[in-house]
Amino acid sequence: MNKLVFFANKVVISGFAIGSVYAMGAIGVTLVFAILRFAHFAHGDLMTVGAFFAYALTVLFPTAGASLGLPTGFVMLPLAMAMTALFAMALDRLFYRKLRANGVKPVVMVMASIGVALMLQGLVRLFAGTASRSFFIAEHKEIFRIALPIEGITRKLVITEPQILLVVFSVLVVTVLHFFLTRSRFGKAMRAMSDNADLARVSGINTQTVVMMTWVIAGALAAAAGVLLSLDVSLKPDMSFNLLLPIFAAAIVGGVGSPFGAIAGAYMVGFAETLAVFNWSVLLRPLAGWLPAWIEIPVKLAFVPTEYKLTVPFFILVVVLIWRPTGMFRGKVL
Amino acid sequence: MTTRLDRRQFILFASLLLLIVLVFAGMGSAYAVRMLVEASCFAVIALGLTIQWGYAGLFNAGVMGFIALGGYMAVLFSYPVNAAFWNSQGPAALLGVAGRLLLGIVSIVLLRQVHRIGVGRHWRNVLLTLAVIATYLTFLTAINPAADLIEGQAGFIGGLGLPVGLGWLMGGLAAAAVGYWIGRICLGLRSDYLAIATLGIAEIIKAFLKNADWLTHGTLTVSPLPWPVPTPGEIGFVGARSAFLALMVVLIAVIYMLLQRAYQSPWGRIIRAIRDNETAAAAMGKDVNRRRLQIFVLGSLLMGIGGAALVSFSRIFDPSGFIPLHHTFLLWVMVILGGAGNNLGTLFGAVLVYIIWVMSEPATLLVFDFIRETGSQWFDWVAPADLDSRALQMRVFIIGLTITLVLRFAPKGVIPEEVVRH
Repeated sequence: MNKLVFFANKVVISGFAIGSVYAMGAIGVTLVFAILRFAHFAHGDLMTVGAFFAYALTVLFPTAGASLGLPTGFVMLPLAMAMTALFAMALDRLFYRKLRANGVKPVVMVMASIGVALMLQGLVRLFAGTASRSFFIAEHKEIFRIALPIEGITRKLVITEPQILLVVFSVLVVTVLHFFLTRSRFGKAMRAMSDNADLARVSGINTQTVVMMTWVIAGALAAAAGVLLSLDVSLKPDMSFNLLLPIFAAAIVGGVGSPFGAIAGAYMVGFAETLAVFNWSVLLRPLAGWLPAWIEIPVKLAFVPTEYKLTVPFFILVVVLIWRPTGMFRGKVL
Repeated sequence: MTTRLDRRQFILFASLLLLIVLVFAGMGSAYAVRMLVEASCFAVIALGLTIQWGYAGLFNAGVMGFIALGGYMAVLFSYPVNAAFWNSQGPAALLGVAGRLLLGIVSIVLLRQVHRIGVGRHWRNVLLTLAVIATYLTFLTAINPAADLIEGQAGFIGGLGLPVGLGWLMGGLAAAAVGYWIGRICLGLRSDYLAIATLGIAEIIKAFLKNADWLTHGTLTVSPLPWPVPTPGEIGFVGARSAFLALMVVLIAVIYMLLQRAYQSPWGRIIRAIRDNETAAAAMGKDVNRRRLQIFVLGSLLMGIGGAALVSFSRIFDPSGFIPLHHTFLLWVMVILGGAGNNLGTLFGAVLVYIIWVMSEPATLLVFDFIRETGSQWFDWVAPADLDSRALQMRVFIIGLTITLVLRFAPKGVIPEEVVRH
């Protein structure tokens, strides 16, 4: 049974945590994809920028969180989300709007977004250096070790405070987003525009506002994902490139343009990653007595070595593109 | 298309020549020739990219992967034979792994046919999936001991000691094979998917080359790689590098001529028709995806050859040395700045951008030294200790800025594609 707790620690909890990060990123990507019709490659760097906004605020007010009993970085999250939302709007204004007005092909927009991604990377590293940092300056990261009330289990369930915040916050955000998209006028306008931009325009929807709204949501969610991920692990200036592929995979698996598909896809990619790098020998070893003698359990039996973790989202992406390019929930193929 | 130089092009090329002369005068000829050889390797890769992007509008965000793969094939084929490996148990162990893999593949192939003996399609798929997983796991558990054995007894498998030119060719073919596979999956869909997939495959190829120590020596690097021409040790730096440069110039001339012919041929016209209006081309009965696959594979081939040449020239194969900025996005700047779809423009862009890139390193450091000095004198600003490494990150910013600015203000590049009317 101890092994199962180990499994829960390594796979279930971290799968939920990383899945939540991917979910918040993938919703942004899928919305930009559906409304502006291009794959936004600068999304990972938007996350980094958001995390650095929160980090700067944490450095300025290192004790703000203590009064509320929460990590300072988390207390600064709403502010960082607002700043990143504004930042995303500014990016659109500076770089994407003109191209859109020129009516360029979507693939040129993709290239421009790569250019923007490189610029953001350069700026972040210029101002913050390349070392990784921890959000916990004046406080320490709380780690809960929960002893399970079952006899025979000595290993404890380990969960950190950022992981709890991460999952709770993402559930909250997703619920709010659901009501926003289905009940509000803005949400309806967004869905209309993603279905048919021209039709939306002629029926009197202000497409410019919808575009801005998309950037606000995408920016805010990217900041949330970036901050919560760096609270959980650490703040690295180069985390964006490793996040990009899982996030795109999640958005495509879920079906482009479908935020709920993106969430499902994100948890799928997250769990696939943790399951694939998990050492299955740990679970198999207690079964050794029942297995036939010729099966020898290797010391390490993981589907994918940790160095090749990136192949997991890539593999999922390839499989989906081959068999079901519309994604699991019948999104769009743009 | 005529290759007649008009006045504008004449001025552009004359300034490029002047720039090269300045580099020769300022940095010495050994340095300048090295820069030119590297620029020419990049030019081959850029030609590959310009036919993918400029001829057919295909977005390849993983040029780095094709370069790295080409580079590794050059190592595998041309590096001297590692006798320690061939005398160890390594080959036998590898043969054993290959045997298991073959067994797995044969069983998968046979299982694909089981519906003929009355097994339902559903059960066939279940069996197939199980067989694939079993094969994969067997392979995984077999390869690790073999890899440890090779690493312990011989370091890595070494090369085959064949001529360098063959290594370059194989580099091109390997890159083309990867391009074919990726293209088959993604080219029926929109370009964005290709960009995402190529980005992923590039990182995976790099991770593989970096971690498969038994095959590539990983981060321990392989050197010195042989050259197709006499090495500096034999005839001195300038002579050897000039010989390499001459070889590259001949190679580029041949590729350029073939590409110009292809561009003007009916085949080139189909490609451009697809790029400019896919629906119309499809309506005319052109097989859009097939043509795209051809051009993607052709482009990947050139990238592989260029990458092999680049790695051979640097004489060291270091998988961690491949970085997206240098080996993907710098090439993008070369192509879109020079003029996508115009081979001459691409060559111009490759040489110009590479010179600027190389020279930008000392220039950036100079600028930031100045900032540090004035900052500390006038404002008592204490510069961070890692200012120099941060300063180099400015080049990332500049590359990004150049991409966005060129796309917005000069989408056709400095030497635009000449549209021929027939």
